[in-house]
Amino acid sequence: MVGIIKYGVGNIYSVVTSVKYCGRDVVIVEKSEGNISKVKFLILPGVGNFKSGIDYLKKTGLFEELKEKIEKGVPFLGICLGLQLLFEWSEEGKEEGFGIFKGKVVKFKNKGIKVPHMGWNKLKIVRENLIFKNIFDNSYFYFAHSYYPVPEEDITFGITEYGNKFSSIVIKNNILGVQFHPEKSGINGLALLKNILEEKWWR
Amino acid sequence: MVAIRIIPCLDVKDGKVVKGIHFDDLKIAGDPVENAYFYCKEGADELVFLDISATIEGRKTMVDVVKKVAEVIFIPFTVGGGISSLNDMDKILSNGADKISINTSAVRNYKLIKEGAERFGSQCIVVAIDAKKIKEGKWEVYIESGKTPTGLDVVEWAKKAEDLGAGEILLTSIDRDGTCDGYDIELTRMVSENVSIPVIASGGAGRVEHLYEAIVKGGASAVLLASLLHFRILTIPKIKEYLKNKGIAIRE
Repeated sequence: MVGIIKYGVGNIYSVVTSVKYCGRDVVIVEKSEGNISKVKFLILPGVGNFKSGIDYLKKTGLFEELKEKIEKGVPFLGICLGLQLLFEWSEEGKEEGFGIFKGKVVKFKNKGIKVPHMGWNKLKIVRENLIFKNIFDNSYFYFAHSYYPVPEEDITFGITEYGNKFSSIVIKNNILGVQFHPEKSGINGLALLKNILEEKWWR
Repeated sequence: MVAIRIIPCLDVKDGKVVKGIHFDDLKIAGDPVENAYFYCKEGADELVFLDISATIEGRKTMVDVVKKVAEVIFIPFTVGGGISSLNDMDKILSNGADKISINTSAVRNYKLIKEGAERFGSQCIVVAIDAKKIKEGKWEVYIESGKTPTGLDVVEWAKKAEDLGAGEILLTSIDRDGTCDGYDIELTRMVSENVSIPVIASGGAGRVEHLYEAIVKGGASAVLLASLLHFRILTIPKIKEYLKNKGIAIRE
C-alpha cells in the first residue's frame, strides 16, 4: 500500500493515477493517526508554496508523524515541493523544513532565464542506482518550479542544468527526492516511478 | 537547457473535441481522450484544452473530460475557457489538470491571478492574452473571445499579470490567428523581453519556419498549434526534426 500525502497544496490526482498505473494500491493520507499505519511506502507530492505546505503539515500533526515514519525507515519519495520540504530551509518562506537533507532551497536568479523553470529538461545521471534501470542518461523529464535544492551533503544522484547546474535527484538512506514530476514525464517518468516503487534502492 | 515545447490546442464543446484531428476514420474524431492520446504518442510536450461550451451544462462536462484525460495522459495539460473563480480552478485542478488558463476573467478581476497563484502556485496559472495591433509597436488586449477591446496595453498587462503571480503567458495575435502568415514576431518579442516568465506564442503559424522564428526571434518558450496539426499539414515529429536540425533543444 502506497500512502500519498494530501496537504492542501496542488493537485495529487496525477500522482495517484500514475502510482496506480504502476500497479500499486493507493491510500490518501490527510491527517495524522489515520490510515498512515498500514502504509509501506510514502509519497509527499506537491506543487505550491513552501510555507503553506509546512504550515498545513504542522497544523494537522502530519509533520511529526511523517518524521517518525522516515526515521523508522519507511521508503519515502518527495516530489518537487515535497522534495524541497525535506531540506533545512527555503528562501521561499521563513518556516523550517524537515531538515532530513542537509542544505537549503534557493530561487533561480541567473540573468536571461525564464522563471519558473517550466518544461522538459535533461536528467544527467551522476551516480548509478537501481532506480535508473531502463532509463537512458540525459532523458527528458518535466519540471515546473522556481526554487531548487542545494544539498550540503553528498546525496546527489542526478543533475539538471538551467542557468546553473542543480541537484534534481537526491537519495539518502530510505529517502528519495526528485525535483521534476515523474507523474507528468511520460514514459520515462512512469519507468522511473515504477523502479522507485519496486527496486530496493534504499539501504 | 529546457526544451522548446510543442503544444497542440484542442477546442472542446459540451465534452466533445470540435475541430479535432482529421483522421480518415472520423469515428474517434470527437473523443478528447483519443485526441489527447494521439498527440501524446506523437510527441506533444503538453496539451491545452479550450472549453468553448456556451452553456453551464456544457461546462460541467469539462470536469469529466479532465478526469478521463488525466487517467491516461501522463504529460502536463492546461484547461482554459469559462474559468472565473477559485472554485472553478479547484474543480479543474483537483481532477487532474496541471494548469488553468484565464483570460477575460483575469482582466475583469485581477485578484483572481493573485489568489489563484497563492492557493495553487504560480506554475498553475496561465494568463492568456488576446492581442490586437493598434499601431506600430502597440497592441491592445481584447477579451470575450477577441470581441471586446479593453483599452489595456498588451505589454503592460503581461507585466502586471507576472507581478500578480502568473506563471506563464499564452499570447495570441488576433490579427494573425487563422491566417497561416506566421506568428506576430514583434508582439511575441515585445512581451517575452518584458516579462521573465515563459511566453507561449499562438496564432498564425502556417509553416514550420514560423515556429523557428517565434522561438529564435520572438523569444517564445513554447508554441501553440491547432489547425496546422489537426489537418495534418504538419506533424509533431516533422516539427521536432526540423527544429532539431536548426539547433533548437527539443524533447525527443
